Amino acid sequence: MERVRTIARRSFLVGSAAVLGGVAFGTYLYKREVENPLLDQLAPGEVAFNPYVMIDADGITLITPRADVGQGAYSVQAHLIAEELDVDVSQVRLDPGPPAAAYYNHVVAAEGMPIAAVSDSFFAQAGRGAADVAGKLLGLQLTGGSSTVPDMYDRLREAGAMARETLVAAAMAQTGMARDQLETGDGAVNLPDGSRLSYVGLAAAAAALEPVQDTPLRRPSEWRQLGQAHQRSDIVPKSTGTQDYGIDMQMDGLVHATTRTNPARGGGMRGYDAAEAEKMRGVQAILPIREGIAVVADNTWRAFQAADAVNCDWGDSPYIGETEGQIAALNASFAKDQQDSQFRDDGDVEAALGDGEVVEAAYQIPYLAHAPLEPMSVVVKLGAGRLDIWTGTQIPRFMQVNAAKLAGLEAEQVYVHVLMSGGSFGRRLEDDYVLQAVEIAQQMPDVPIKMTWSREEDFTHDFPRPMQLARARGKVAQGEVTAFDLGIAATSVTESSLGRLGQPAMGPDVAIVAGAWDQPFAIPDYRVTGYRAPAMVPVSSWRSVGASGNGFLHESFMDELCHAAGADPLQERLRLCSHDVSRKVLETVGEMSGWGGDLGPRRGRGVAFVLAFGVPVAQVVEVTDTDDGIRIDRVFVAADVGRILDPVNFEAQVTGGVIWGLGHAMNCGLTYEAGVPQQDNYHAFEGMRLYQTPEITVRGLENGEKIRGIGEPGVPPAAPALANAIFDATGQRIREMPFDKHVRFV
Amino acid sequence: MKLNVNGKNHEVDVEDDMPLLWVLRDELGITGPKYGCGIGQCGACTVHIDGIAVRSCQLAAADVDGDVTTIEGLGTPQSMHAVQAAWVDHQVAQCGYCQSGQIMQAASFLDLNPDPSDDQIDAAMSGNLCRCGTYPRIRAAVKTAASKLQGA
Repeated sequence: MERVRTIARRSFLVGSAAVLGGVAFGTYLYKREVENPLLDQLAPGEVAFNPYVMIDADGITLITPRADVGQGAYSVQAHLIAEELDVDVSQVRLDPGPPAAAYYNHVVAAEGMPIAAVSDSFFAQAGRGAADVAGKLLGLQLTGGSSTVPDMYDRLREAGAMARETLVAAAMAQTGMARDQLETGDGAVNLPDGSRLSYVGLAAAAAALEPVQDTPLRRPSEWRQLGQAHQRSDIVPKSTGTQDYGIDMQMDGLVHATTRTNPARGGGMRGYDAAEAEKMRGVQAILPIREGIAVVADNTWRAFQAADAVNCDWGDSPYIGETEGQIAALNASFAKDQQDSQFRDDGDVEAALGDGEVVEAAYQIPYLAHAPLEPMSVVVKLGAGRLDIWTGTQIPRFMQVNAAKLAGLEAEQVYVHVLMSGGSFGRRLEDDYVLQAVEIAQQMPDVPIKMTWSREEDFTHDFPRPMQLARARGKVAQGEVTAFDLGIAATSVTESSLGRLGQPAMGPDVAIVAGAWDQPFAIPDYRVTGYRAPAMVPVSSWRSVGASGNGFLHESFMDELCHAAGADPLQERLRLCSHDVSRKVLETVGEMSGWGGDLGPRRGRGVAFVLAFGVPVAQVVEVTDTDDGIRIDRVFVAADVGRILDPVNFEAQVTGGVIWGLGHAMNCGLTYEAGVPQQDNYHAFEGMRLYQTPEITVRGLENGEKIRGIGEPGVPPAAPALANAIFDATGQRIREMPFDKHVRFV
Repeated sequence: MKLNVNGKNHEVDVEDDMPLLWVLRDELGITGPKYGCGIGQCGACTVHIDGIAVRSCQLAAADVDGDVTTIEGLGTPQSMHAVQAAWVDHQVAQCGYCQSGQIMQAASFLDLNPDPSDDQIDAAMSGNLCRCGTYPRIRAAVKTAASKLQGA
């Protein structure tokens, strides 16, 4: 393992290159196909040590290419570099960098392959290697799948170490001192006499040196920055209204636009009448775009008003447009010829369920919108041979390529400036809103155009997470769960979203069964089957993707079987658990919650466990069945990410994931009529509010072998733990989301 | 019409029914107040009129009958209001998009009710949505700010 890493490191940071007035180091090469993106943009006097560190006369800039959508990605990336570079993150600039193949994500591609996160078999290793190569060649610069930390953990620290040691080498040349006489800290090389040589001052000299490579990384016990709480780099701007999001971008001559397109996506527009709207104050243009119209005005509100006043004649929904029809299509998908995967097939399920008493259950999960609080918005400007895009995005490189194609430009002529996102939860893995703005810009060149969707447009033009149905059968004997057979039917998220990005989706879609097929339980007869429903409503990744729903399916049925067996739901999971790190997580949550103790009348608790994105997470939810409805009292969470880089942000991500999971389970779902989602604002898609928020206690464990991300894994166990707690308190088993179709919440 | 925003007088030429939010954002370039829902459901647009929290997406420009304070006028990075300082101490923000509104809501609430109970905090802050789920830290930060303001 160590040898593989060394080789990987050598191939990672290679060479140096002369640029105007300086040198760039550490060009990342994959068979010399991937260029250092910073070389194109260096001004005279600037030095790029590698794609992650740049030093010029103005100071030090750290490149943090994974998008910050609220999960703190900028801060954690900066601290990974700073840990080795020895700079104070508050004293340097952070920049997301340009779209570039060098920033490819080599972890997220592997998550699309059917390899259980806990599997270390040869097949697993080989499969991950193949995905790594595919990721590089695709230029898969993508933020998602809780991949930022595992993807960047070595890369950014290595970049920091290389930059530091090259700067130290420059200091050695300048002073004639030996390496062991010099120390580094706060952006400088410190000499024995207490004087300092700043990195900025050393940069030009360092540029002339061979980059110093293969520096051993500091062991966690030697860490100066990582592993402790830091003030997030964006916390002051975000607490003072001074953080600019994409929607806040201002520039001279800016016009304000909005769009209205067919809410039955793909249905097109037969025609429109803008006579009234054109007369409205401030309206500059009403333009046809694909599927609908755009209004350009001198104020966003005026654009909204005018867009509402346009009479649009929408085409019919190209997909099954009614919720009932969608359910029927999913029900019809439980057929042999629509079987998509059966990655888990232990023992002989057919034989086990062939006779005797079988426990059966069916579950249903609705479409769910991402609805980040900042609606989709972007600023674009199309000039001669140049398109600029300012927006929050998780896919800058795909966006660059797709916008170039639409505008008839080369990708290099499209400049994507990544701004802070007001949430995403997967929504900004799409570039539909940007392409709409480019369509406007093509009809209005040389004018900076800010396009903002109304909240209603945002809700009705989301790519939601898909509806899912499940059919489960199982068996218990002598107080134990002995057979577990789960079939899940859903539209393929991978096929739908990769299709929009112009990428093929090959083989079975792991997302249909993720968080269900790959759970670390040794049940004698154990099978999980995915059925691919036909493409219907276009769908996409939603915080924790497949596991977001599959956790509910697997863990609800597990709970049902435990109760059928007369077994304690926590003890039975522990008995079945085949993975030490996961067992420890379950034990911990049991201890934290005082599992088994008496809660008093009308109270109940439920446990759920889901291993997703390589992170085992167990949650215990406690509820009270009050006269007015169910109150969620407390939640206990144990999660193991291998190593925690910032405990305060870790707690924030887990807590936020729990609230996301509980809130949507309580009261959210999109239903459809004539292809149009019927929930178009937060009054009908509320999620959790503060008064409903339980006390949440989080404990992070560090037993896992590999470091993992925590943006998503907190989500999947929340809904089933809540359903299981409601069952414990009331005897009512809820098998359909949202739960408020069956119980009231207070 | 005339508007006083953060101590500065402005003359704006807008329709009577243009929501204050859009006067602030697109006419005056004051972008701390955010557009989230446009129907008074999320609270991201919360500002103060004479110190009282209002949803600026629901207040017509012609109906503004007092001085407007936005998050930019509450405090600055160099000189934060106690509520903003508490938000920093507790590292409340994740995406941060709702937090201007959360902070304005909390500042107005604590001004009217300097020593709130937990239930009062829950009631006062439940009109502001946070999709990231920062509610536990909002609760804690409101309490910290309350005790700081009382000590001041």
